[in-house]
Amino acid sequence: MSAIIHGAGAATALSTFNSVDSKKLVAPSRTNLPVRTQKYIVARSDASKKNIGSGLRVRHSQKLIANAVATKEAETSASTGHELLLFEALQEGLEEEMDRDPHVCVMGEDVGHYGGSYKVTKGLADKFGDLRVLDTPICENAFTGMGIGAAMTGLRPVIEGMNMGFLLLAFNQISNNCGMLHYTSGGQFTIPVVIRGPGGVGRQLGAEHSQRLESYFQSIPGIQMVACSTPYNAKGLMKAAIRSENPVILFEHVLLYNLKEKIPDEEYICNLEEAEMVRPGEHITILTYSRMRYHVMQAAKTLVNKGYDPEVIDIRSLKPFDLYTIGNSVKKTHRVLIVEECMRTGGIGASLTAAINENFHDYLDAPVMCLSSQDVPTPYAGTLEEWTVVQPAQIVTAVEQLCK
Amino acid sequence: MATAFSPAKLTVTLPLHGSHQENRLLLPIRLPPPSSSFLGSTRSLTIHSSRRLNYSNATRRSPVVGVQEVVKEKKASNTLLITKEEGLVLYEDMILGRSFEDMCAQMYYRGKMFGFVHLYNGQEAVSTGFIKLLTKSDSVVSTYRDHVHALSKGVSARAVMSELFGKVTGCCRGQGGSMHMFSKEHNMLGGFAFIGEGIPVATGAAFSSKYRREVLKKDCEDVTVAFFGDGTCNNGQFYECLNMAALWKLPIIFVVENNLWAIGMSHLRATSDPEIWKKGPAFGMPGVHVDGMDVLKVREVAKEAVNRARRGEGPTLVECETYRFRGHSLADPDELRDAAEKAKYAARDPITALKKYLIENKLANEADLKSIEKKIDELVEEAVEFADASPQPGRSQLLENVFADPKGFGIGPDGRYRCEDPKFTEGTAQV
Repeated sequence: MSAIIHGAGAATALSTFNSVDSKKLVAPSRTNLPVRTQKYIVARSDASKKNIGSGLRVRHSQKLIANAVATKEAETSASTGHELLLFEALQEGLEEEMDRDPHVCVMGEDVGHYGGSYKVTKGLADKFGDLRVLDTPICENAFTGMGIGAAMTGLRPVIEGMNMGFLLLAFNQISNNCGMLHYTSGGQFTIPVVIRGPGGVGRQLGAEHSQRLESYFQSIPGIQMVACSTPYNAKGLMKAAIRSENPVILFEHVLLYNLKEKIPDEEYICNLEEAEMVRPGEHITILTYSRMRYHVMQAAKTLVNKGYDPEVIDIRSLKPFDLYTIGNSVKKTHRVLIVEECMRTGGIGASLTAAINENFHDYLDAPVMCLSSQDVPTPYAGTLEEWTVVQPAQIVTAVEQLCK
Repeated sequence: MATAFSPAKLTVTLPLHGSHQENRLLLPIRLPPPSSSFLGSTRSLTIHSSRRLNYSNATRRSPVVGVQEVVKEKKASNTLLITKEEGLVLYEDMILGRSFEDMCAQMYYRGKMFGFVHLYNGQEAVSTGFIKLLTKSDSVVSTYRDHVHALSKGVSARAVMSELFGKVTGCCRGQGGSMHMFSKEHNMLGGFAFIGEGIPVATGAAFSSKYRREVLKKDCEDVTVAFFGDGTCNNGQFYECLNMAALWKLPIIFVVENNLWAIGMSHLRATSDPEIWKKGPAFGMPGVHVDGMDVLKVREVAKEAVNRARRGEGPTLVECETYRFRGHSLADPDELRDAAEKAKYAARDPITALKKYLIENKLANEADLKSIEKKIDELVEEAVEFADASPQPGRSQLLENVFADPKGFGIGPDGRYRCEDPKFTEGTAQV
């Protein structure tokens, strides 16, 4: 995927940075988004969008070869990238930001000498020293607060929770101080922290290491939440989060750290508030984020073979929602399916359903359907764990049901 | 940990450290029954650091001797602890604290301010003793009882009073209130409502100072002083921060304003070992106990602690025995505390004590002090007038400052950022 397309909207974001070399960053403004030049063939329905009564049954007589995943451009394109794994992309983003600004520092458990429990900070302590990549004792509440105090006095810490679940211990600091201090101080102090860590349901890690905490943090006023899903957006979001003056919580997923992708050599950042179009389509909008993106894409293959044409959007920004991209998609397809790993009750999907119903009610042909994981503590047994999380087969069934 | 109030039991606990130094400390400590006076402050206490540390910390021994001894010696040899100018500065600061808080109470009962207001009457010696030694770039972190800390640090009385009235001209634009006094200019890092919440923030500010010195290679001698109460010393955040501060030798001073009461919970009923200063050596930093009703004693301890931090020798835990003359907050009827206890501490009012010292040692006369009091009265009156006359925040202020970068409210359905919506600046936008 070309770098140019993803870095949209960053012009305004960049204006706050002092030392930006605008020639290096490939991030045009939002108003002049170039047209996507992906190579794919979409199944076209001959009728117009007003297929309300007759349903959207696919016409097999037409040319229906569509690719489930938008194929990458041919490798003859100008920028040669380099291939790496997602955790390496995060590391690259972090290292570049630390090189660029000496105020950026990392703190967390085992981030220094150990290199991070998922190797995101590997090698950084050797390069930047023990104070810049700080190995903390096991006291999440206190070192998160310490990061916040450091941010108030001029540093830009990246606080790592070894597992996002551990940040529950830091909830006091995240909710009361991180989110609120800019407001209660009347705008005097900024808290440019990034709180990041792996979360989500892994492979039989047990209930407490398999938590989906997006829902817990989403109500806190004053913080932004983003979830990365590919090496490309992982690096871009990491860099954007570090450069942002707001406190940002970056959700990574335990099972996605070994994803491989080719990313551009030149510097780029992703916009924190924008969603990512994964696969344009006509029949239904599927909104997803993080690991569920891959379940959705797997289901999309099946769906395409059955003749459906889903539009898949990775919402990326969990708080705030990018209602523009989502809205445009709803206006086009009129059907929405949300697929998430978060819990059903009070989760991201629940908020998104409410937001879509409020803003785009007139454009909907069917109720918004939300597939979330079960409201259970993640069981250890493999079979039970599988049934806790949304699987591609359920997504296919849901799409078929919505498109009837 | 000693659970019964007997000296014999107590002496058993300390020798875990296994040094002779500590044994000198084990004077019979009479822990009284809960309702009467605090531990007698006439004992001399030695400040020491624990020996049971890893090698890198092994050379850390505090050179400070028991404070009361220092004071006594100095008095005996007729050298005064302060000069006239210093004395007047201290006196003025304490009078400002006292008058301001009394005025707050008046204004509260007249309906000018609402909510929870926690007054500092009686504890002025701690604030003045420590903060008057700091520079503008040193940081102070406090709790909800923060009006006087803000005033001592340099925030103007006008700004604090306006903040209490909830006006735009307040130090936090009316958005913080009594419990959240912030000032970037004076490095007052708040004002926190939950106890213990500010201590990690203070640790972070101290970390920032060390970072500046060691990573950014700038000249930075800034220290941070964290104020909190006896109730906080049973909270996990306190211990976590003592550990980190001692581990990395952060330039921070932990000041415990032990006024014996956490709303209605007596310190002795809540704490297994009520001597808070002892918890410092457990983490490898000096723990000092000082009479918090005497500003000069506090100042002597503070000098040593601040200099220690500036030299890079690490944190200090200072327990100030003090007392609040009023209830926990203006909503507290204060019926639980014994009248005899209150009378005992009222007799040790820090302002009267300093006044007596200044006059007896011919550093100032009645007229000087009266003129200071008059000046402060006028200042406080003027602050009230200013606050009264200031405007209330408008609707447009509602959505400002939630984010430093208002793009954090996201992109609306029309494709524009919500902060670009004209209704946003009016405060009526849906975000």
